[in-house]
Amino acid sequence: MKATPFLSTMSAAVFVAGMATGATLDDVRANGELKCGVSTGLVGFAAPDASGRWEGFDVSFCRSVAAAVLGDPEKVQFVPTTGKTRFTALASGEVDLLARNTTWTFSRDVDLKFSFIGVNYYDGQGFMVPKELGVASAKDLDGATVCIQTGTTTELNLADFFRSNNISYEPVPIETNAEAQQQYLSGACDVYTTDASGLAATRASFENADEHVLLPEIISKEPLGPLVRHGDDQWSDIVRWTLNALVTAEELGVTSANLAEMQKGTNNPEINRLLGTEGDLGAMLGLDADWAMKAIGAEGNYGEVFEKTIGEATPIGLARGLNAQWTQGGLIYSPPFR
Amino acid sequence: MAITSDPPKGGFRVGMLFSDTRYRSLTFQAIAAILLALAIWYLGSNLLQNLAAAGLNISYDFLGEPAGYDINQRLIEYDSRSSHGAAAIVGVLNTLLVSVLACVTATVFGVLAGVLRLSPNWLVAKLMAFYVEIFRNIPVLIWIIIIFTIMTTVLPGPRAFRGDDPASTMFLGVAAFTNRGVYMPGPVFNNPLFAVGFLNWFLVIAVLIGSFFGARGVAKWATNVQFETGIRPTTWYFTVAIWLLPVVLLLLFMGLSWNIPELKGFNFTGGLKIGGPLIALWFALSIYTGAFIAENVRAGIQAVSKGQTEAAAALGLRPGRVMNLVVLPQALRVIIPPLISQYLNITKNSSLAIAVGYADITATLGGITLNQTGRAIECVLLLMLFYLTISLLISFFINIYNNAIKLKER
Amino acid sequence: MPIDTSAAFVRTSEIPPSPPPPSETGLVKWLRENLFSSVGSAILTIVSLIAIYFILSLAIPWLFNGVWNASSLSECREAMEGKVGACFAVLTERWNQLLYGFQYPASEYWRPNLALILLFFAAAPVLFFDLPRKLLIITAVYPFVAFWLIWGGTFLGPLIAFLGLAAAYFVFERVGKQNFALGFIGAIAAAFAIWIVGGGLIPDSASDNAMLKAVPSRDLGGFMLNMMLGATCVSLSIPIGILLALGRQSHMPLVRFVCVIFIEFIRGVPLITLLFVANVMLAYFFPPESTVDLFIRVVIMITVFSAAYIAEVVRGGLAALPRGQYEAADSLGLDYPQAMRLIILPQALKISIPGIVNVAVGLFKDTTLVSVISMFDLVGMIRGPILASTEWNGVYWELLGFAAALFFVVCYGISQYSQWLERRLATDHR
Repeated sequence: MKATPFLSTMSAAVFVAGMATGATLDDVRANGELKCGVSTGLVGFAAPDASGRWEGFDVSFCRSVAAAVLGDPEKVQFVPTTGKTRFTALASGEVDLLARNTTWTFSRDVDLKFSFIGVNYYDGQGFMVPKELGVASAKDLDGATVCIQTGTTTELNLADFFRSNNISYEPVPIETNAEAQQQYLSGACDVYTTDASGLAATRASFENADEHVLLPEIISKEPLGPLVRHGDDQWSDIVRWTLNALVTAEELGVTSANLAEMQKGTNNPEINRLLGTEGDLGAMLGLDADWAMKAIGAEGNYGEVFEKTIGEATPIGLARGLNAQWTQGGLIYSPPFR
Repeated sequence: MAITSDPPKGGFRVGMLFSDTRYRSLTFQAIAAILLALAIWYLGSNLLQNLAAAGLNISYDFLGEPAGYDINQRLIEYDSRSSHGAAAIVGVLNTLLVSVLACVTATVFGVLAGVLRLSPNWLVAKLMAFYVEIFRNIPVLIWIIIIFTIMTTVLPGPRAFRGDDPASTMFLGVAAFTNRGVYMPGPVFNNPLFAVGFLNWFLVIAVLIGSFFGARGVAKWATNVQFETGIRPTTWYFTVAIWLLPVVLLLLFMGLSWNIPELKGFNFTGGLKIGGPLIALWFALSIYTGAFIAENVRAGIQAVSKGQTEAAAALGLRPGRVMNLVVLPQALRVIIPPLISQYLNITKNSSLAIAVGYADITATLGGITLNQTGRAIECVLLLMLFYLTISLLISFFINIYNNAIKLKER
Repeated sequence: MPIDTSAAFVRTSEIPPSPPPPSETGLVKWLRENLFSSVGSAILTIVSLIAIYFILSLAIPWLFNGVWNASSLSECREAMEGKVGACFAVLTERWNQLLYGFQYPASEYWRPNLALILLFFAAAPVLFFDLPRKLLIITAVYPFVAFWLIWGGTFLGPLIAFLGLAAAYFVFERVGKQNFALGFIGAIAAAFAIWIVGGGLIPDSASDNAMLKAVPSRDLGGFMLNMMLGATCVSLSIPIGILLALGRQSHMPLVRFVCVIFIEFIRGVPLITLLFVANVMLAYFFPPESTVDLFIRVVIMITVFSAAYIAEVVRGGLAALPRGQYEAADSLGLDYPQAMRLIILPQALKISIPGIVNVAVGLFKDTTLVSVISMFDLVGMIRGPILASTEWNGVYWELLGFAAALFFVVCYGISQYSQWLERRLATDHR
């Protein structure tokens, strides 16, 4: 509500400045909040809890970016988007950042003119079946009815997998996770397929989780990552390096608990550069010197966020697997801060 | 507007543009045209600017590219290598399929409920009133979800049919009602005349149409004989023969046999399958729209004045004939126009198929295709174009019908 | 009259009427006439009774064994101890979310509640003609008060918007009597003058420390969202619909053409595609430097949608007026605006009211479609956050039944009103 309060009132609108042409950073600062596109409800990644507060892995990333840019992790407006609306929401400037289980693919990056700023979760599409079916491999699924939660590239991978293995299936595409589960549990589908992380989350919420198994096949690569509009390099740098800061923090052992202590200065120059006590990396991005500290302070480093939202201690219970630090045999790797 | 007074004398003044009825309408139209052009220019330039800023362009090339996804319910050949355009056509056909099916059953439900609501039986009349009110006052989206949920949770899954002592058995051993859909015996030709499957069916339908005209001819002949001699010849065996013989002969010639579904692997295979989403959507649309049609039917019947019924009775017609010959023809005049607009509503409401995973046009073109290609503007425009075409076609027929039945007044 | 004694017995008093045979009285007669009048009727009755029994035998234990106190579905199942029953606990636990969405600040729930109560006062003078006309002032002020209540923020915004409209009305009353066009243009100019001047006077920070906390429209949800969309769109679409109907009847070919195209286009496509337009396309048509809130885009599209339907209803009303009314107005020397305002519209609208109410009910039901485009209305809340949560995963009947019941109560109420109105209006023509 800047210059035209009466207009906004008249149409009950909230006109906000900010669109593809302008510098996103300035717009975010002018608005005083970050508009972050998330999914409409996927437990563990982005879902409102019982009191209505958004929680999850993607949500935490939004909060970290808000903390880095605005200094306050709570200054985020979460915009729920569906698979259909997410790209328009980003392209039209309705959101500044899309952190919504979106697979990084060539055409999305190039043809749709978005910049994927990195991968924050390496996922892959898997299958879940009831134990009583006695299926051991996805290749045994000839003739099965498959419930698909539409959204990422699920339908396409599924078609490719069954086609290349020359087996038939019957797809039942369902829009929301809740309805897909209902279909699966009532036996209207033999198999439920979506990203493995989503399957684990879904299975965790079942009454009898033991009666369902995940099949060993992971049929696709689903690098999920936040994305921004093409063409605003400063903004994509900020988002990219916020993600990198969270990853580096885990690698260097900087946690939300020891953050204050670390900031007093350490013997490790990279930590000092990261936390802004040495050099002026923040200024290069157009942010405060302690931007990364605020980002880490918001919800913790990458590992902390993972453990808190989708890790083994949570109902979702995902192991780090591919998403461990590169030093631990995973793929999570950040370029150096220097 | 008619101008009867003499045109004012004197030269032209600017004020006359607004005050003189000869110019005023032109002035207003010019203003309207300018405003319209401005609005279009404003929106169009915004669109172009925004697209340029986002680096996007409007292109329909994606329709020719492989869709990459499968569709469970298809009336034409389609697999994941077919194009997005083919997926859209599959969607169009599915929309038309569910709409036509729902129109038929909604009419049946509606007419039954409308007539029964006027029944002298108190309980039945009240039940029908209850049906109409409860369906009319709850959103169709909620009904679709409720009916889909009922279907998936109440009907057994195919797994229940398995084992030595299955929880469910097939109906008469030939049909299975499962929450994935209904499996019925499907007709197969062992000796088809055409290689392409549906051409055989066209042949069967063509023969049936021929029988229809044959039967009409017989009836006409009987009427002529009745007019000449006063005695109507008995023709029912002719009619039955004309209806049955050709079609039975054709089917026998083509070697008709029934393919009975059986449980193989994960699913029933063979036979004819009507998918669960189709059934749920079909039933939900029929029963919801049926409530509206019932009201139209009731209004139509009540619009026929009581005098007509009494006059017919006074002529000695039996109640059945009073209904058929006097009340219905007059009621139909009132019933049919709103009935057709209910059909239009069914077609439009079928777009809610996305709630149940039925692959109609909104789910293919407006759903997965849009989702995968990100071509939002193009997809939505095509979607609107399709529905617009359908509804304009239907309005066209409404107008023809309305003109045909217009009361020929003296 | 002398009594003839020649006969052996003559009854001197009338026999009291004997009671009708038992099969012709009371309950039995009613049953015979209403339920078993013929074999067919009897069969129908029995079939209906079986159907009713079947439904009730399923529904009643489910309703009465219901559990109202539990924090998750599994607790619910434990509490039921294997009996069949509903888990109404989901309604009590998520009550606020179902009604207000999950983001509306809990401390501010009184605001939408108050707005709803005021809505009845504001709607009353419109719905019931017998109330004093002065009460219409409440109706005129209501939208601004309701806006302020629900969205909060500075009250200066709605106040200036109201003042602008009031000035427009004042100018129109003064000038419009003599010259419609001048009055009309003057009114628009007055309104804009006040809005622009007033808008400039409101400080940017006015919303920050306002009496009512500002709530962004993203945070609206639940049944409140359905009510707001329904009420806003219907009230906005009635004037637009009337204008469209007049345009369609106009003698100016261009105006008629534009109105016909607009109406037929909108009526020809499903609402859901218009919502897609609102969600994925409309953003491209707004100026590059601004984005318009999703709520507003949806309001625009639903308003446009219902305006087209209302236009058709009003057109029916206009067409139903006898030709003589138009001619009489012309012969009195009234110009077009006067004829419409004083003669035609009052009559045509009266005929159209039941139709408009039907459109309104249909529209209110259709507001549930916004759940498809990621807005959390009542159905969106159920299909999204509530069913997706680990506690309530799998509670369908209770939630859907609750949604159905809420809509039924509101829509049935409105349609009863419409029938009452139809009866009332019908008396005038007898």
